[in-house]
Amino acid sequence: MSLVPFPFKSGTTPTIFERSQPGRTGTAMTRPDVPTRPLPELIPQRHLRASPPRLPEVPEHEVVRHYTEISLKNHHVDRALYPLGSCTMKHNPKVNEQLARLSGFAGLHPFTPVGAVQGALGLMYELGQLLVEIAGMDACSLQPAAGAQGELTGVLLMRAYHQSRGEAGRRRVLIPDSAHGTNPATVALAGFEVVELKSNEAGRLSVRALREALDDRVAGLMLTNPNTLGVFESAILEISELVHQAGGLMYMDGANLNALTGVARPGDMGYDIVHFNLHKTFSTPHGGGGPGAGPVAVRSHLEPFLPMPTVAADGGGYVLDWDRPLSIGRVHGFYGNFGVLVRAYTFIRMLGRSGIREMAEAAVLNNAYLSARLEERFPLPYGRGMHESVFSGTELKRRTGVKTLDVAKRLLDYGFHAPTVYFPLIVSEALMTEPTETETKEELDRYVEALLSIAAEAEEDPEIVTAAPHVTPVRRLDEGRAGRELDVRWHFPGEPREG
Amino acid sequence: MSFLTHSEADRRQMLEAIGASGIRDLYADIPQSLILEEPLSLPEALSEWEATRLVSELAARNRDLVCFAGAGIYDHHVPAAADHILRRSEFYTAYTPYQPEVSQGTLQSIYEFQTMVCELTGLDVANASIYDGATATAEAVLMALSVTRRQEVILAGHLHPHYSQVLKTYTQGLSTSVRTLPPGAGGTVEATDLPITDATACVVVQNPNFLGLIEELGPIVERAHSEGALVICSVADPVSLALIRSPGDQGVDVVAGEGQPFGNTPNFGGPVVGLFAAREKYIRKMPGRIVGATEDAEGRRGYVLTLQTREQQIRREKATSNICTNQGLNALAATLHLALIGREGLRQVAETSVQNAHYAASRIRELEGFELLHPGTPFVREFAVRTEEDPRSILGRAIERGVLAGVRLGRFPDLGTPDGLLLAFTEKRTRAEIDLLVDTLAGG
Repeated sequence: MSLVPFPFKSGTTPTIFERSQPGRTGTAMTRPDVPTRPLPELIPQRHLRASPPRLPEVPEHEVVRHYTEISLKNHHVDRALYPLGSCTMKHNPKVNEQLARLSGFAGLHPFTPVGAVQGALGLMYELGQLLVEIAGMDACSLQPAAGAQGELTGVLLMRAYHQSRGEAGRRRVLIPDSAHGTNPATVALAGFEVVELKSNEAGRLSVRALREALDDRVAGLMLTNPNTLGVFESAILEISELVHQAGGLMYMDGANLNALTGVARPGDMGYDIVHFNLHKTFSTPHGGGGPGAGPVAVRSHLEPFLPMPTVAADGGGYVLDWDRPLSIGRVHGFYGNFGVLVRAYTFIRMLGRSGIREMAEAAVLNNAYLSARLEERFPLPYGRGMHESVFSGTELKRRTGVKTLDVAKRLLDYGFHAPTVYFPLIVSEALMTEPTETETKEELDRYVEALLSIAAEAEEDPEIVTAAPHVTPVRRLDEGRAGRELDVRWHFPGEPREG
Repeated sequence: MSFLTHSEADRRQMLEAIGASGIRDLYADIPQSLILEEPLSLPEALSEWEATRLVSELAARNRDLVCFAGAGIYDHHVPAAADHILRRSEFYTAYTPYQPEVSQGTLQSIYEFQTMVCELTGLDVANASIYDGATATAEAVLMALSVTRRQEVILAGHLHPHYSQVLKTYTQGLSTSVRTLPPGAGGTVEATDLPITDATACVVVQNPNFLGLIEELGPIVERAHSEGALVICSVADPVSLALIRSPGDQGVDVVAGEGQPFGNTPNFGGPVVGLFAAREKYIRKMPGRIVGATEDAEGRRGYVLTLQTREQQIRREKATSNICTNQGLNALAATLHLALIGREGLRQVAETSVQNAHYAASRIRELEGFELLHPGTPFVREFAVRTEEDPRSILGRAIERGVLAGVRLGRFPDLGTPDGLLLAFTEKRTRAEIDLLVDTLAGG
């Protein structure tokens, strides 16, 4: 199989600051047409800055070239498969981009009186209803800006609920050892204590370990389902019942909801709280790291505690409901990542009733196919997952000395992004792979071919793999050096480097 | 159905390779009682055109108004070239740069963003973004608690009410005590009134403050540092940083701010971009992604995510923050905007905004029934007025004339100014629009 070099301009591109020349100007900005006065008459001199921020001085055309050039060094979904596990890198429909930019949305100031923002509030209200139906819950807040903030909201909801029942002593949150790092980080941020539960040999939460951990100090269980191994927690009904009997709440991290939409619902499984990742399941772009959106849906007993304001229907229109005395409060400066909500709403309306189920089925089909084709060469210690599978490179490493990191880097030479590697922590040399539903069989076949080709290279000529990547814009980067010799901003010539 | 890729023949072939007789086999691990037998109660699928029409109708139900509202979100012009580049798939369909060798575009742009944030704030180091100004402020406080191992936070003067609400949400499970110090008569903080003790972790002060007034940061920094407390400056209006002395220059330790006016439309409040910058000695306590430069195997300069041992994916419950997904594309929008307008362009935007605001203030001062809330205190491009008429009826009348006549301060009961309006001005506002605002306020 042939390698896929990046198209143009490999190697180092100078920073935008190095393209700057004193006195050059960019896009023209507006001068005042009101009567003006000298600035020091308006703002006392002692408040004025002595020298301006050293922003670049570059003509517009050069700025466009600069960012075009560096953009070409990115792998992205519109180039080829991007199989990061639990990240759900699916196609980002282009119509969403167009609609989110409509001036009625993009230009809308958040402090506009509600009578003049009925379209925005209506969209939010309807999106909340759609999400509630998809998850089998009762109420929803769209405010959290990302999955991790949805988690924080969820844990604070647990706290508020237990406090309202005079059970403030419940400060422990149970988390399986396969969980994403944001789960324990969030619990600590909320001032709660993390209790880690071991997974069993099938990669599922051990019901025995759960029973042992449950007592009147437990606030709840955070359980991704399917979990980060892609394995469905098939004892979920028993798990929910045990947690509820012990007085705890069930929280679902919705990172992997793409496996389930229209097929099964968290609410029916006994979850009390679930967060969605609209940038995963509902196709909004990942944007090189964000923005996302992490709405949280709850069963009715938690509704009074949701962040405020919520959007409510009132007669023929919509209002913001501030009268929520039990609310955990506000988690975002305004109403969350509204522009992301517009995209997700458009997507769900286009999928509709049947599409939402076909989406999950195709995601699971794609992953099963990929798993079936690869499992002989790359074992699956916990079997085929639903929407994602976690392969292990342990055997390859033992036989050839080629590590999972090397395989990942070599995949870049073949024109693919690598899967999530070395996670979850309970699989050694893990390759956590999620193809999503928007990939064709041919694309999956190409990916399989690339991995099999890499496995063959590892046997015959391991150095070509351990020295990878070879045809990317830069070769393997020294991450250790970046941490030791910190260089986290451009230093202008003549300016001493800080220690 | 949209966006699916398989034909019936594909499905057959794939199922055969899997060894399954149907899709349902792939759901065998889910208890039968949980499998939905009926489709969800959702609307029927829409075509792309039907969805476009539906969503466009919703957008059209929002009023397009001449905007004099600010309070943390400002209506600036975004250069066409910024959105043009932002729409490149290479940027917006990529994810967090976990494989740096194929993410140099994203990584280099973040490195440039971090540099710009340092330049604006006068601080040493910056991160790759936080969700928004409110959450950046909350994260800054969490960092100060961790750095000082103290539990007391002082919110001084006119901090954006939403920022303090988010801070209280973030700290409700911790043993933090949050105290507020009301502003002095001039609307700004009196440093001598600060109840700082050796238990104080940090003082949070917004500059320009929520009412647009310029704070004297020096004395606050002096008092805080004398007790070993940090000073966090919250910047809800970063355009001001083009003209007024930077927080870093005045000794502030951390800047937590909102970057929306750079490259991001108001978006009904989100997505926007939280800025976070600090003194270098705090870098290992900072939240969020940080990009650093390094070299590749051939000695070429390149960029990677660095100091990741601070972060949740490695440190789990001991991480400095739980943040994972941030506001990457919004940070890129800010970078593009600042690169395109450059040093002189940003100064021009800031100065035009200031001139517009001061022209408006000079005219509103003359109106009967209106007075500036703090006439003696310098402001940048936003100021509060007290109105004899109920601000609700002013806002209603203005909307009929296509004008958003500011933010009603009665929205924030803690401010104690139910009769206040907060007005903000950008370079987009013309003299004719400002005159229309003034006429509308006057009831004409």
